[in-house]
Amino acid sequence: MRRWRARLAPTWSKAQVPVYSIVLAFAVAAVVVIVSSAFTASGFDPLLPFAAYARLFAGAFGSGNGVANTLVAAAPLMFGGLAVGIGLKAGLFNIGVAGQFLVGAFAAAVTGAALAAAPTIVGMPLAMLAGGLAGAAYGFIPGYLKARTGAHEVVTTIMLNNAAALLLTWAVNDLVRAPGFSFPRTADIGQSALPILAGRNLHLGIAFAVAAVFVIRWILVRTTLGFEIRTVGANPSAARYAGMRPIFITALTMTISGLLAGLAGAIQMLGVIGFYAPGITASVGFDSIAVALLGRSDPIGILFAALLFGAFRAGAPLMQIETSVPIEVIDIIQALVILFLAADLIVRRVFRVRAPKIEIVELATVTGSWGAGTPPPGTAG
Amino acid sequence: MGRGDAAAGDGGLMDILALPRLVWEFVVYLFAVMPDLLPIILSLATPLALGALCGVLGERSGVVNIGIEGIMLMAAFFGYLTGFALHEPLGTGAALALGIVVAVATGALLGLLHAWLTVTVRADQIIAGTMMNIAAFGVTGYLNRLIITPSGRGGAGVIPPFHLPDQLATLPFLGPILAMFLDQGPIAMSVILLVLISQFALFRTRWGLRTRAVGEHPKAADTVGIDVFRQRYLNVIVGCGIAGLAGAYLTLESTGSFQNGMTNGRGFIALAAVIFGRWTPLGSLLGALLFGTATAFGIIVNVRPAEGDLGTLMKTIPTFWYAALPYLITVVILAGVVGRSTPPAADGIPYAKEGKG
Amino acid sequence: MSDKTSVLEMRGITKRFPGGTLANDAIDLELGEREIHALLGENGAGKTTLMNILYGLVTPDEGEIRIDGTPVAIQGPADAIARGIGMVHQHFMLVPVLSVAENVVLGQEITGVGGVLDMRTAERRIRELAERLGFSVDPGTRVNQLSLGQQQRVEILKAIYRGARILVLDEPTAVLTPQETREIFGVLRRLRQDGTSIIFISHKLDEVLEIADRITVIRRGKVVGSRKPAQTNKDELAELMVGRAVSLRVDRGQSHPGDVTLEVVGLRALDDRRHEILQGVDLNVRAGEIVGIAGVGGNGQDELVECVVGLRKPNAGAIRLAGRDITRQSVEGRRDLGIAYVPADRQRFGLVLPYLLPDNFVLTRYGEVPYAGGLGGFVRQDQPIRNEAGRLAKEFDVRASSLDVAASTLSGGNQQKVVVAREFRHDLRVLVVDQPTRGLDVGSIEFIHKQVIERRDAGVAVLLVSAELDEVLDLSDRILVMYRGRIVGTFAAAEAQREKVGLLMATGEART
Repeated sequence: MRRWRARLAPTWSKAQVPVYSIVLAFAVAAVVVIVSSAFTASGFDPLLPFAAYARLFAGAFGSGNGVANTLVAAAPLMFGGLAVGIGLKAGLFNIGVAGQFLVGAFAAAVTGAALAAAPTIVGMPLAMLAGGLAGAAYGFIPGYLKARTGAHEVVTTIMLNNAAALLLTWAVNDLVRAPGFSFPRTADIGQSALPILAGRNLHLGIAFAVAAVFVIRWILVRTTLGFEIRTVGANPSAARYAGMRPIFITALTMTISGLLAGLAGAIQMLGVIGFYAPGITASVGFDSIAVALLGRSDPIGILFAALLFGAFRAGAPLMQIETSVPIEVIDIIQALVILFLAADLIVRRVFRVRAPKIEIVELATVTGSWGAGTPPPGTAG
Repeated sequence: MGRGDAAAGDGGLMDILALPRLVWEFVVYLFAVMPDLLPIILSLATPLALGALCGVLGERSGVVNIGIEGIMLMAAFFGYLTGFALHEPLGTGAALALGIVVAVATGALLGLLHAWLTVTVRADQIIAGTMMNIAAFGVTGYLNRLIITPSGRGGAGVIPPFHLPDQLATLPFLGPILAMFLDQGPIAMSVILLVLISQFALFRTRWGLRTRAVGEHPKAADTVGIDVFRQRYLNVIVGCGIAGLAGAYLTLESTGSFQNGMTNGRGFIALAAVIFGRWTPLGSLLGALLFGTATAFGIIVNVRPAEGDLGTLMKTIPTFWYAALPYLITVVILAGVVGRSTPPAADGIPYAKEGKG
Repeated sequence: MSDKTSVLEMRGITKRFPGGTLANDAIDLELGEREIHALLGENGAGKTTLMNILYGLVTPDEGEIRIDGTPVAIQGPADAIARGIGMVHQHFMLVPVLSVAENVVLGQEITGVGGVLDMRTAERRIRELAERLGFSVDPGTRVNQLSLGQQQRVEILKAIYRGARILVLDEPTAVLTPQETREIFGVLRRLRQDGTSIIFISHKLDEVLEIADRITVIRRGKVVGSRKPAQTNKDELAELMVGRAVSLRVDRGQSHPGDVTLEVVGLRALDDRRHEILQGVDLNVRAGEIVGIAGVGGNGQDELVECVVGLRKPNAGAIRLAGRDITRQSVEGRRDLGIAYVPADRQRFGLVLPYLLPDNFVLTRYGEVPYAGGLGGFVRQDQPIRNEAGRLAKEFDVRASSLDVAASTLSGGNQQKVVVAREFRHDLRVLVVDQPTRGLDVGSIEFIHKQVIERRDAGVAVLLVSAELDEVLDLSDRILVMYRGRIVGTFAAAEAQREKVGLLMATGEART
């Protein structure tokens, strides 16, 4: 017993603030739910959050199907969280996961449809590859622009998100619209779909996502490339001094980030949606940011954070149907989690946490490069 | 070999003649659509310019705010909600006026939160802004679904725009230009005034001097007794109040309705306008007008298509490409401008007093 | 001079920083009217902390401050200014993009209706004030256009404009040429005449003896003695300052230069603002020789060093290593050929502060065997990295509680030792050292100087850049003076007189 406690102590000291942040976020969101209930037809209901959270939990874990739904929702979040996380490691804030996700999903849909009749062992990997590469290409653009010109990725990736949605709508309308449907969409992916492992919808993509977590972790921790990425993120000037090429690493990391986001789109396409139609929502975009921040941009942290947010997404529909609490409460909880992580002194006061602060040091590089491509001064003030 | 060369030469000759003609046709076309184009430029640029002003005020004092998008959205929603709730008991005019007040107050309050996070808590400024954007998306979506959608009712409508007398509006050349600035609602017209006031204040007043000092070298400002925190709080709150006005514009002056995520990236285009305008109010207004023009152009080509070869060429470009134009232009301009302009030296960096308990 | 009434008394000032460092330990200090009181101590002794307490930038844990005999509470710079205290910080507190006038009036602006600035009145007052202090200044110039010496005068103007009766100057001569130092001493004496009392912080013994009426020595946060200049000498002061007898001269020994190892020919390059900062630099360094570059900061030394190590691309000219053209080589390529570099800013370039020590010890060699191997050198090898870190930490006496601490937790001297240990390897041919001892304590300085000389004696060509003229003069076998992007003079160590070199640094011309 005591040995276990000693073993877990370092992990707990890292996880303490994130875990308490989640607890606090739920508490504050409960207040929002109670107050806002006064404005609805059913009237003020101080017990509503308990009902809502109970349904949320039931939807996510209450049945085999619920657990499957949670895993299915978590898989793209793992890829998306890794995309944001690896970017952060290099001092880049990729908020373009939504766009890269769409591009990846589209490429996977088109490739999958073209190979719909081919055996799964051929069509599925090729469609995955197409999705990943398309995402990588779309991530390369802001990466290259940042590296070469200093155009900050926070603005360019958001612009590319909007552009992707519009241009893909055009592509589905004018280029690859499948005949025989009343609305613009791509043809069925047929045999290219990800195989179902168990139950109704637990597809192979989950295995890919978990594998990706360990591959990225290995790259970051064990390889020279990972060392270069981390050094560029922690101190770009020192990286240049050490003979690394921050320009190359920046462009490459954004490309890898785009690749992961594209794969998120691909597994969602090949495992869940099955065809591309304008307006497929990419809540994965914002969710991935929250996942990466909650996981402190550490792959293992991201794995758990993705499972948590996957559970939210899986459970939320049941909550909305049975308690009329809007699904958007998940976004509010997400924002609150980020708030409490950013202002961790609130958490520390409330829960009397004394563990040392686990900062994402690379964030200073992200903010420091705002406006121009100049590296940030080492210290504050 | 010889024949191939000749054929290529012919094609080249045709191209050489075609290009200037197309350019000429384009210029003629621009002049033809000018009366339609100009008046909508300012209205499209208004939320961008106000958002950019928020960016300039914050960043000049050293606080980056990528949450302008979210602040606009929240203000747009709560302004709309006020009109929605009050236009029956109070009447349209009063409800709209109160809506604007609520929107600006919403912006200022969120500014207070951003200032607290970035200045007092010294949280990462980009993360604080991201939080703001996600929170805005969530809160507005949540309340919209909970309150407005089930009611089936509409809002208070829009503030009636000012109309230029016909004698003026139909003047050649001058008419469209006058219309651009004066054939507008009150918020759009206030933009020019706010920008001019800010420009003067930033470079000619005590507040402006202190703002610039705090954004460039906060410690130097601190050592001459300037309260760095107070200055940053003030600038962020005032700036975000202006971003709130941009939100009010969207729901109360422009569309008269609220849709989820209706800011659609405008807060980020505003940030690009700040950089384009080299952190000056006038410059960023120019940037906003440029983006406004790109958007207006995308609308006009559909409403009044060009004719001749140009028309054929422009028709081959799909509508969605024109719609994506402002976003792509933002990326291109940002890539071209950054590096040639220098941000305030302490932009984005929290200020910590050493050795203070 | 104790008959003078004291304008300022600091009693029992104690300050403990988070982490336990006792920066000030019950310090007593007294400043007489019209007195120049020198505060002498080595880097890190606690002088600056004490003055920051006086100026309200740091809150003391204990102690009392009296001005004109009355106890005062100084909560912030505004209080200090109101009490007539002015401070010229070591790193100037000027906003580079603002004009001289804007910097001077900042915080005490002259305004009309609605807070509109009246810069014309301000500029007139500043001109008058400057004249009274005996120098001229154009109030409309942007501060980033001024030399460091001029910036310092603006700092003094700032304090006097605010009505300072007590003026604190923190290491005011660190960045100045000997001529500029003399000029600033003139200004200080004039101020004393006009009734200003001055605290002068320094670690330079000659200057302190020249300017001060009284010298108080601080070591490790404690006052260890107070002397009148007439009753003491350099050796006594040095021993008080360091706590043991120290040799003030570096024992350089005889150099035995060999063939030319590093050769720079006609080098031209742009700075970050795209101005041509290097305008045709020629120099060579021979094996077993230390060549020092003297010059006022900003005359192209940093860019020259960056070109030599591969961090900046020259526009014209060539760099050769033992006859081989390396102008187009990458940083990594040059390092492989035996060029090592100790950068001026160790925290920004030399180290990754959040990294643990092993990663910092191999920062510039992370891709070499045995630190990387497998899959084509892609996989990092922890054990060899740790072994090397352990060996270097021991050899260079890096004091840390363990290897598994972040570099940010080390003292400045130990941080620099990590950089030096990593760069001073045994297969070196060229060693470029830029400000190798900035901000370090005397022990670390001695250690690093010894290491540099050892490498020279092993046949390495050493190129030394330092803003501290004394360091260049002490260490170099040959001294080059750099002025506006060119080498304007060469001196052999024996014939390099401080004044002559200083004049060349300041004007680019040797007066005949």
